[in-house]
Amino acid sequence: MKNYFKYIAILALGIVSCEPELENSIEDEGFYSNGQADFSNYVALGNSLTAGYADGALYISGQENSYPNILAKKFAQTQETSGFTQPLMNDNVGGLLLGGNKIAEPRFVLSVGANGPRPGRLNATPTTEVGNKLEGPFNNMGVPGAKTYHLLAPGYGNVQGVASGMANPYYARFATSDNATVLADAMTLNPTFFSLWIGNNDVLGYATSGGTGTFQINNTDVATYGANDITDPNAFAFVYSQIVEELTANAEGVLLNIPNVTNIPYFNTIPNNALALDAATAANLTGFFQAVAGVMTQVLMQQGASAEQAQAIASQYAIQFNEGANRFLIDVPVSQTNPLGFRQMTEEELLLLTIDQSALAQGYGSVVLTQGVMEVLAVLQAGGQPTQQQVQTLFGAVSGIDDKDVLDSEEIQNIETATQAYNGAIAGIAQNFDLAMVDVNEIFRQALEGGIEFDGGLITAEFVTGGAFSLDGIHLTPRGNAVIANAIITAINAKYGAEVPKANLGEYGTVTLEQNVQ
Amino acid sequence: MKRLFLLGLFVMATAITYAGGYRVSLQGQRSLAMGHTGVAMVDNAELAFFNPAGLVFLEDKINAAVGVSAVFSDVVWQNEEYGQMARTDSPVGTPFYAYFSYKLSDKFSVGLAAYTPYGSSVAWEKDWPGSHLVNDIELAAIYIQALGSYKINDNLSVGGGPIYVNGSVNFNRNLNRSLTDLEGNRSNVTIDASGVSAWGWSAGAMWSPVDSLRIGVNYRSEIIMDAENGDADFENIPNSPLTPFEDTTFNAELPLPAELTVGVSYQMNDQWTFAFDYNRTFWDVYESLDVDFANPNIPDSRNPRNYEDASIYRFGLQYIANETFTLRAGYYFDESPVQSGYFAPETPRNDSNNFTGGLSINVTDKVAIDASFLYSRFEEIDESYDYYQENGENVPFEGTYKSSAFVPGLGVTIKI
Repeated sequence: MKNYFKYIAILALGIVSCEPELENSIEDEGFYSNGQADFSNYVALGNSLTAGYADGALYISGQENSYPNILAKKFAQTQETSGFTQPLMNDNVGGLLLGGNKIAEPRFVLSVGANGPRPGRLNATPTTEVGNKLEGPFNNMGVPGAKTYHLLAPGYGNVQGVASGMANPYYARFATSDNATVLADAMTLNPTFFSLWIGNNDVLGYATSGGTGTFQINNTDVATYGANDITDPNAFAFVYSQIVEELTANAEGVLLNIPNVTNIPYFNTIPNNALALDAATAANLTGFFQAVAGVMTQVLMQQGASAEQAQAIASQYAIQFNEGANRFLIDVPVSQTNPLGFRQMTEEELLLLTIDQSALAQGYGSVVLTQGVMEVLAVLQAGGQPTQQQVQTLFGAVSGIDDKDVLDSEEIQNIETATQAYNGAIAGIAQNFDLAMVDVNEIFRQALEGGIEFDGGLITAEFVTGGAFSLDGIHLTPRGNAVIANAIITAINAKYGAEVPKANLGEYGTVTLEQNVQ
Repeated sequence: MKRLFLLGLFVMATAITYAGGYRVSLQGQRSLAMGHTGVAMVDNAELAFFNPAGLVFLEDKINAAVGVSAVFSDVVWQNEEYGQMARTDSPVGTPFYAYFSYKLSDKFSVGLAAYTPYGSSVAWEKDWPGSHLVNDIELAAIYIQALGSYKINDNLSVGGGPIYVNGSVNFNRNLNRSLTDLEGNRSNVTIDASGVSAWGWSAGAMWSPVDSLRIGVNYRSEIIMDAENGDADFENIPNSPLTPFEDTTFNAELPLPAELTVGVSYQMNDQWTFAFDYNRTFWDVYESLDVDFANPNIPDSRNPRNYEDASIYRFGLQYIANETFTLRAGYYFDESPVQSGYFAPETPRNDSNNFTGGLSINVTDKVAIDASFLYSRFEEIDESYDYYQENGENVPFEGTYKSSAFVPGLGVTIKI
């Protein structure tokens, strides 16, 4: 009788264990490896890029696809971890309320209008109230808008300071106290592993303002900086090093360097030569500027310049336009050598994504030819002498692009100088502290220049369609985040002898389609 | 005797019968217990399926056999590169059969049969990494057949009859690898059609050159299930003219391929009988799963399958222990019709070794209980489906698969 039970037990076991099992299951211990790194307590520090900010807003599905969240899931396959928490927003609308008033707009979505697809702000009301404090700290300590020195700034998460701009609304949602710093909050999690991607905003604020701020070179007092200033590279290096020193007390980690922001779609979508002219208009414009140069010569001579001097200066305004694509004109500071304060853009200069494109179509960036201007031109053509007022009308017709809409060559130079200096500092610090490092600058350059291959094609820096950048032209799509996550995994695997599996890029989405826009 | 019985049961517990593609070889507990052989066995009404020519050789006037199996079939998939793993959580399939034959005269028997030779039910975790190929599928076809069986002489008979098929399909998958609505829910489509009907036939012959030896052949025709005006239900579609997916109807074709079986049975003595069947299933007909949506704005779905004809080799042994107990065991090798590079996770079948066993208990002279079970053993396999397209490029879906199936079954045989 006993035997019966034995056989029945064996049979029953056979039925229960009929679930198929793989010989080398990835769930088996030791299939993947954390190497010399310990991912049990992973903390991510950074700015909007780390937070999962995308499409001009922070919203849940963007956060879920943040590169730190992607990473954390892969880390969890190599060892037991304590999980990865994020200060999730209240909705997939994005935007913020402060005391019930909207202080940040909903996300961009791609809608199709009469002129084809274009990004628009979602027509919905944000529901995330800054004052509704979350129980922090969180593993993802990415704070949209944070510059490097903000991570050490007490009060950066004080709700009371948000309205006056003294504090950050995103950090205010989950700062552990009014006086907390981002770094101190992160340290309370006792990280065993960290990622740090900070410094982008130290130059991005300047860039997205069209370079209206100041390059604070040799000014290390960050308290004096404006929002659109470029942080002094020495100040950057000092603060960055301080952050890393604290983080490395008990943890290994990875540093991400700063992409040259001029590689992002925000600066590469509106071509600087989008002034498309037919032959007749081109000839008219050329004629107009010849008139401007001629009149300017006279004006200068009236002011006492020699004919030669006057011609030398005025000739810069005899701009030649051709049928087809022509570069726009931009405003520059009025100076002795450029008394009218405008010039044609050079090849490398960049227009910002936010420029008013309908204004461009109506003469912004070239000439607004009103009836009055035509009359002045007629006078000139007839060999007449223009009045003072007519001269003003003529010069006033030139509509150069404002500084806030363009990065001129000097501004681009400032950005490059700062970025290079920052990246030099990051590379040095990575070496000093023996940390892994990811050259994001190189990844962004690749995206811009040839694209990054994946099984579904190419990921490029093309706005809307490229797949890497979200609809704000600055922040990454889920797929872009996965690219960063994979680069980090490559760096970690190499540095720490780990075997962390990668993310399958094709499974991550890009931009979201929706017609309901503002 | 008890010991022999238990031992036999135990040995048989390491074997099961199933079949490649979406063929479900579970058309009789007695046959299944013998490796699903039966084209040349004259034993009970299961002949209605295996070879209607044999019905006329049944001794009793009225023969009936009914039964049902419970298919516990699951698949595990993993992709090492991306650290992904998924398991199916497929509902338990319950294929059944019901056969009846009536001897009108010594030379002629008629019969009726209902059985479910094709079907599939696979349910992966929703939004798993292969969800752009399939989330879940439920495919069922019931065959109903009228039969005649005619004895030409004492050694030779023929049989056959028309088949009416009624089928249904329900298939859900995500539209691609990443499309979501505003809330991040994956866009997906369910196609559903039921009450799809079609006609076919089967015919067989049986020859018995000597008393102890029978030779059989049976052919079941190809039947194309033509689903017309089924429902296509699109869900979580972004509100955008760029994704013009709205609920519509669809047409699609699914072939139930023809099958040819030849086999022998040899009665060694009063107790032992051996059987061998060879099946050829003409899967070649299944080239592509094409779903044509009625709405012209919705692109039709083309899914190359490129199945090839496949063979199955079946071996069975029967041991009549005494008046009450008959024990059976069997084995078959099932070649998959799925070709490398076309390994779609909706029917993730590679070649399998199948072990079967079972027994009959004669409760009375007229009634017997038939029990069987099948264990299908699949090798672990690294495979891919290479014909999913994104932006005009083939994007392979790769991984390591391992399937298993365990199918216990129970039936009743009646002879009056």
